[in-house]
Amino acid sequence: MNLTLRIWRQTGPEDKGRMVTYPVEDISPDMSFLEMLDVLNERLTLAGEEPVAFDHDCREGICGMCGMMINGNAHGPQRGTTACQLHMRQFTDGETIDIEPWRARAFPVVKDLVVNRNAFDEIIAGGGFVTAPTGSAPEAHAAPVAKADADAAFESAACIGCGACVAACPNGSGMLFTAAKVTQLSLLPQGQPERYTRVIGMVDSHDDAGFGGCTNAGECTVVCPKGIPLHTIGRLNRDYLAATAKHTGRS
Amino acid sequence: MDLYTEGNPVTDTRAPDGPIEGRWDSRRFNAKLVNPANRRKLTVIVVGTGLAGGSAAATLAEQGYRVRSYCYQDSPRRAHSIAAQGGINAAKNYRNDGDSVHRLFYDTVKGGDFRSRESNVHRLAEVSVNIIDQCVAQGVPFAREYGGLLDTRSFGGAQVQRTFYARGQTGQQLLLGAYQALERQVGLGNVEMNTRHEMLELIVIDGRARGIVVRDLVTGEITTEFADAVVLASGGYGNVFYLSTNAKGCNVTATWRAHRQGAYFANPCYTQIHPTCIPVSGDHQSKLTLMSESLRNDGRVWVPKAEGDDRDPREIPEDERDYYLERIYPSFGNLVPRDIASRAAKNVCDEGRGVGPTRLGVYLDFADAIQRLGRKSIEAKYGNLFEMYERITGEDPYEVPMRIYPAVHYTMGGLWVDYDLQATIPGLFVIGEANFSDHGANRLGASALMQGLADGYFVLPNTIANYLAAGPFETVEPSHPAAVEARRTVEDRIHRLLSVDGDRTVDSFHRELGQIMWEHCGMERSAAGLRKAVDEIRALREEFWQRVRIVGDADGLNQSLEKAGRVADFFELAELMCIDALHREESCGGHFRAEHQSPDGEAQRDDERFAYVAAWEYGTEQPVLHKEDLKFEYVHPTQRSYK
Repeated sequence: MNLTLRIWRQTGPEDKGRMVTYPVEDISPDMSFLEMLDVLNERLTLAGEEPVAFDHDCREGICGMCGMMINGNAHGPQRGTTACQLHMRQFTDGETIDIEPWRARAFPVVKDLVVNRNAFDEIIAGGGFVTAPTGSAPEAHAAPVAKADADAAFESAACIGCGACVAACPNGSGMLFTAAKVTQLSLLPQGQPERYTRVIGMVDSHDDAGFGGCTNAGECTVVCPKGIPLHTIGRLNRDYLAATAKHTGRS
Repeated sequence: MDLYTEGNPVTDTRAPDGPIEGRWDSRRFNAKLVNPANRRKLTVIVVGTGLAGGSAAATLAEQGYRVRSYCYQDSPRRAHSIAAQGGINAAKNYRNDGDSVHRLFYDTVKGGDFRSRESNVHRLAEVSVNIIDQCVAQGVPFAREYGGLLDTRSFGGAQVQRTFYARGQTGQQLLLGAYQALERQVGLGNVEMNTRHEMLELIVIDGRARGIVVRDLVTGEITTEFADAVVLASGGYGNVFYLSTNAKGCNVTATWRAHRQGAYFANPCYTQIHPTCIPVSGDHQSKLTLMSESLRNDGRVWVPKAEGDDRDPREIPEDERDYYLERIYPSFGNLVPRDIASRAAKNVCDEGRGVGPTRLGVYLDFADAIQRLGRKSIEAKYGNLFEMYERITGEDPYEVPMRIYPAVHYTMGGLWVDYDLQATIPGLFVIGEANFSDHGANRLGASALMQGLADGYFVLPNTIANYLAAGPFETVEPSHPAAVEARRTVEDRIHRLLSVDGDRTVDSFHRELGQIMWEHCGMERSAAGLRKAVDEIRALREEFWQRVRIVGDADGLNQSLEKAGRVADFFELAELMCIDALHREESCGGHFRAEHQSPDGEAQRDDERFAYVAAWEYGTEQPVLHKEDLKFEYVHPTQRSYK
């Protein structure tokens, strides 16, 4: 396949950035999207041009490190698929492909397609855990969990923290990410004692980090490579309301 | 041999004596403690945030130590433990199927082909039960039965169902548990988290590990960081083969720099080649993807009986198929350990019976299981793996058998550590895949997660106290000559890499190195091949330093520069791996020497000559071998048989 790539190049946070056009030839349909970028980078290097910086690590769709807007879609055209798992057979010969970084206030661009997602770690640090210091745990079978709850908790726990939800959201909100963790832990008995302090802590951290508010646009779930459902946000809202009304005295 | 010299044996591993069941208790009781009020005066650096590093950093901070944590990724949650699929072993015996701490211990020693330390492995089996409790308490969503209790499944090399799992994402869920505990400590101000930072040198002062040199990958700034102890949890070195199931960034740099500073490197040649990975599709391939071993619970492995049979697999009748694992190993069948399954796949492909376009593949067929259990049930167990397979290959494994082939997956070798997980440099501790200690010559499935968390949650936090009790050590300033020297080494090396300005890319060298290693130091090794590999590696390394091209500078994010530093260290490691493989004139576990096999083609150990750990000391001219003899008091070494 021969393709035309238009890629966002930005030397650093201060640079304004611009789209640059690169033709690529002889791309195999069996290549992954990132392997196609590897081919471009090899060529740029030999020509003495700086290769395109992009984040990636496991290349099997689980670490959450890769992520880019491909033709305006977070992670590209294939549903439920991270950029690293997207393969070139999804494109056609002669196509022009636009490649840009995640764009959101909470995710400043570091260079080219690389953004800073520390804000996600801050949300987790704000309450996305169960306080269970090592050694303090009771026997694992002490608290049975109904299979339906365990399965639903798992569904939310599958979030890989890639940030596609934020990139797709018109408000740059990180609510799906936050809600996935809130939902997982609120469905399990282990998560109950901190259920209401958790949701407030996480939402506060979310807002402090510069994410926008949620208006239920739903774009996030469409691009989520792990299919985190929109109703997790409903659950978060319910817990948040209960928490502010009853448990912390806040209004 | 002309490639190394031999030094004094290692005689003290600090493992207590007495009955094996009491050794860990005795070590903990006799270890010195640090008063809680004094812990906040002690700083520990932890490099790496996977299962081992993440759990260790969180636990040390909970105990009151000041922790500084480093990872090269943009978040601690990205560490490659996240990609582990199948599960985690624990001797809970919830199935009432005859499991026990002793059986897990026995299976692990046997699975490692009698090349691991009994004391360490027993401790691992003891601690395994606490890990499950800990993870459940953190909210890890393990798979459950309808009654609400934890589900388990079986894994290669075991005849009991002791593997706990969270669909095909067990590593992810366990890592997120550790990550959340870690972030909690970050939020409380007990851990200073440094993401996108790479350790490039170890600082040793007065014989103790006292700090590291790190590069901020975003700004390019190089700094020296100090502590009372340094913990390396930087993972394995499978990427020396270029193609492996490791993440692209996995590297040996942290442990290799420590090795150059005096830490022994043990059993570098012990590499695990995993039998069930998606075959290579072309020259562009940048990594290989694992299909969890758990698939072998329901999938049947076969190839056509006839050479060069090109028919659609669905059209090949039963009696023209060879379910070779079931045929050769009737008692374990498709669930033989990884080393055995991998070599069997290689053998049938060498006979010309491989499948797929490259003929380097075998079928993993779910047709029987789908018929027996229904598609829904297979979907529930393996849905995400089937989807991943379809995305990569474009084929639907519900309809057509999967094609799989072995790929480099895990490295059992690593920095030598004693029973306390301390390296030969005092104050340097090594945990998880980065050390060598528990898996011998072959790791059993679902044991990597167990070891990483055992080391990080339960072992290291106890043993490191014994060392820290002598602290706090004298404050070190960045102007200390040893720190200045370490920093200069790093800066000089970066400068050297950038100034070559040649005509080949880093990846092209890495790919070529990987081909040499796969050819000669992969699934089957021979003396002639390994000698050839040593020569080729040296020549390629020479060429690397004359022809590598890195565009850009060192003052900001430069991913080619990062890769180049890692590949430069892989060259040195690769040579040591080949020397280790050459010197070990026996076959054991993942180390298969063509010259040493039984009449029926199984690995032939030589316990008389090689029942030892090969601990290598760095030498500027040649490496120096130190042998640590292995004693088997509880599990008598036998020819491993899974027939």
